[in-house]
Amino acid sequence: MATKLIPKELAKKPDRLSPGHRLCAGCAAPIIVRQILAAIDEPVVVANATGCLEVATTIYPYTAWRVPWIHNAFENVAATIAGVETAYRSLVRQGKIPERDIKFIAFGGDGGTYDIGLQALSGALERGHQFLYVCYNNEAYMNTGIQRSGATPLGAHTTTSPAGSVIPGKQQMRKDLTAIVAAHDIPYVAQAAPSQWKDLMEKTRKAVNCGGPAFLNVLSSCNRGWRHETYETLELTQLAVDTCYWPLYEVENGVWRLTYKPKEKLPVEEWLKRQGRFRHLFRPENRHLIDELQAEVDRRWERLLALCGEK
Amino acid sequence: MSKYEALTGDQAVATAMRQINPDVVAAYPITPQTETVEFFAEYVANGEVTTDFICVESEHSAMSACVGASAAGARVMTATSANGLALMWEVVYIAASLRCPIVMSLVNRALSGPINIHCDHSDVMGMRDSGWIILFSENGQEAYDNIIQAVRIAEHPDVLLPVAVCQDGFITSHAMERVEVYDDADVKAFVGTYRPKWSILDVDNPKTYGPLDFYDYYYEHKRQQVEAMEHARRVILEVADEFNRKFRRNYGLFEAYRLDDADVAVVVTNSTAGTAKVVVDGLRAQGLKVGLLKPRVFRPFPAKELAQALRHLKAVAVMDRSIAFGSMNNAGPLFLELTAALAIHGVHIPVADYIFGLGGRDIKPSEVESVYRDMLRVAETGRVERLVTYLSVRE
Amino acid sequence: MAQLKGWREIPIGGVILEAGNAVEYKTGGWRAFRPVFGQAQCIHCFQCWLFCPDSSILVDAENEKMVGFDLDHCKGCGICASVCPVNAKVIRQAGEKVNRDDPRLCIRMVEEGKAP
Ligand SMILES: Cc1ncc(C[n+]2csc(CCOP(=O)(O)OP(=O)(O)O)c2C)c(N)n1
Ligand code: SF4
Ligand code: SF4
Ligand code: SF4
Repeated sequence: MATKLIPKELAKKPDRLSPGHRLCAGCAAPIIVRQILAAIDEPVVVANATGCLEVATTIYPYTAWRVPWIHNAFENVAATIAGVETAYRSLVRQGKIPERDIKFIAFGGDGGTYDIGLQALSGALERGHQFLYVCYNNEAYMNTGIQRSGATPLGAHTTTSPAGSVIPGKQQMRKDLTAIVAAHDIPYVAQAAPSQWKDLMEKTRKAVNCGGPAFLNVLSSCNRGWRHETYETLELTQLAVDTCYWPLYEVENGVWRLTYKPKEKLPVEEWLKRQGRFRHLFRPENRHLIDELQAEVDRRWERLLALCGEK
Repeated sequence: MSKYEALTGDQAVATAMRQINPDVVAAYPITPQTETVEFFAEYVANGEVTTDFICVESEHSAMSACVGASAAGARVMTATSANGLALMWEVVYIAASLRCPIVMSLVNRALSGPINIHCDHSDVMGMRDSGWIILFSENGQEAYDNIIQAVRIAEHPDVLLPVAVCQDGFITSHAMERVEVYDDADVKAFVGTYRPKWSILDVDNPKTYGPLDFYDYYYEHKRQQVEAMEHARRVILEVADEFNRKFRRNYGLFEAYRLDDADVAVVVTNSTAGTAKVVVDGLRAQGLKVGLLKPRVFRPFPAKELAQALRHLKAVAVMDRSIAFGSMNNAGPLFLELTAALAIHGVHIPVADYIFGLGGRDIKPSEVESVYRDMLRVAETGRVERLVTYLSVRE
Repeated sequence: MAQLKGWREIPIGGVILEAGNAVEYKTGGWRAFRPVFGQAQCIHCFQCWLFCPDSSILVDAENEKMVGFDLDHCKGCGICASVCPVNAKVIRQAGEKVNRDDPRLCIRMVEEGKAP
């Protein structure tokens, strides 16, 4: 019997990530990792792309991982876990090691997933390896000092898309990676957020039991890059969900389904105004960017509702 | 019972891979290595091996998957050439530093650009300081034999380093030759069972592979790699010894051909050594005391042994199939290392470098002969007139 | 910091054999604010445990009780206080701005160095 998704029950299992890692106070990445690993009862093997999570959890001679873990490079976590998973299947099939129902998980930041690692991810998905790829998406390259990525939203200030006097932050919308992954027609794809922990855990369970490659895109607030107080991490994550900037949904065997519908769809401004990275957008000359972002959020939300048969 | 088969170099490697039957192969096609991957895919498709073949979407992913599979305790092999190797580059270093005993067939081809599919050694020379053991092969037979030995060298507990086995693109990779193929069972017995030191699949004893390693320990881990390379010097010879006894073929750090009583010699790797042997025989028939030294092991570089083997000569020419651009006199990498080795080991003889065959430019016996004739002159005068010659380039 | 080891004394390849040995590294010194537990109000819902990024909520798992904080590692982010439903209720009922160190809260955030 799988452990019930009740915090008290989950707390009876050993924590698979130890304290003593050096992620910033209030970082959402370890919350996501803890929730995902707690949702899985089976043994896991983790691969991690270069980025904040990797760097801060394994500073030699220390490791915060209580599960087998490998870091290879920045752009190749999907290929790395593909190698591990293939070795497992091969060795089991040849009778060289016993079968253990191991779940293989890759963690990559948005840089390692949307940008530099997209090819390796696409290849691994197409080949059908049995693994769960988790993008902990903090919407920029945080480890190297908050540079823009393909996941950075329109207007956001980053160190490579600074809010200058002529160009007010990032000039492009973020790409819809979840949809791109869904287009691979793999058995399970979902978007999630740690503030909706139960939804995230349920998706994790579906993902690791779907019998093929699975992908979770999990919004991961970074208080350093987003510029908010450390204790606002989950509130801001939930605001992204309630503004429909970050809808929670899943695509299971090609069927799109909304897993959470906000009671009241809040204006995206409610989310923006709480973060320093968008502060400049509230100057009169930049307000049009908020309108543009709102229009894009609405357009994508409507498209999603249609895909999910909600209208 | 072994048997002789007509095989191309690529086929010979694929045959060795079939006999080794690795747990995982991850590879991507690139001329002139492609046939190896194709043949191997066929073995997989026909159930002749129990290998899982990951037909990746790039060489970067090929080497990345190899690292993952190796960390999982699998016996892992791959194959590539030139641009494929260049795309792997980052992970080539990582494979060595994570101490993954991966065996790679590297079919030497000129690096772009301009793009070119034919043989030279610019690809392998770029990886020379990456921490891989590097072996050269004159022909399909040697490529076959080296691949088999490479598995044992790589996986030796005192080594645990990846090994690249080189052969010349097209010249040997696509040339049909007689290759003695040993009995499947004998090869299987020779390579034995891989017992990994650790495995990331050992979920009851979780380990962390590839952590962030700062100035307080990175250096110590590099020092360990040096130690492994030093052990490899011994292990390569031990494995060769066992191989020679089992399969009656003689391998060492290098091959000396009519070198003992020679006055002058050429040092050259891979297929050109075959051409040079013919030239040596011709010149010997004319009473000229010429010989050949064909390095087999390039990493770890057998400096002392090479110096010892060349000590008695009056002049030596190195033939390099790549250029170390901007190095001393824009010489070739083999020349640079060999001259350093000679100097360090107190061998003060005239040495010259001949760059040749770039981008697959044909090297004729007459050109090799001209190198010998130059050296015979140098042996007389004791003076090298031109340190580096770009053989047969049009002015 | 432990005594630095020589290259012969450490496993090859940078492999770390002691899973989770990061616990030996104390991150408690990073804290600017310290969580203080108001045991009496606690309903032991384990929300704080679920969201703490630093696994620093100490629980008696068997008896299903939240018991306090691992101050060796807690970085003082205040997430536990922000997700605590008892805190939320106190703030809702107060009808006024409630300071982070208000004694009515179940998890209070107190400036480091100051008495709770
Ligand atoms: C090939 C390569 N290019 C660049 C880098 C430098 N680098 C390391 S981490 C990183 C950004 C990571 O960003 P992301 O994937 O979003 O993860 P985060 O740090 O935000 O968690 C970059 C650019 C690298 N390590 N390797
Ligand atoms: S910079 Fe951001 S993502 Fe990185 S550890 Fe700090 S809070 Fe987390
Ligand atoms: S969240 Fe609050 S009420 Fe719930 S267990 Fe923690 S301290 Fe107690
Ligand atoms: S303040 Fe932050 S780190 Fe400390 S116990 Fe609370 S949630 Fe955990």
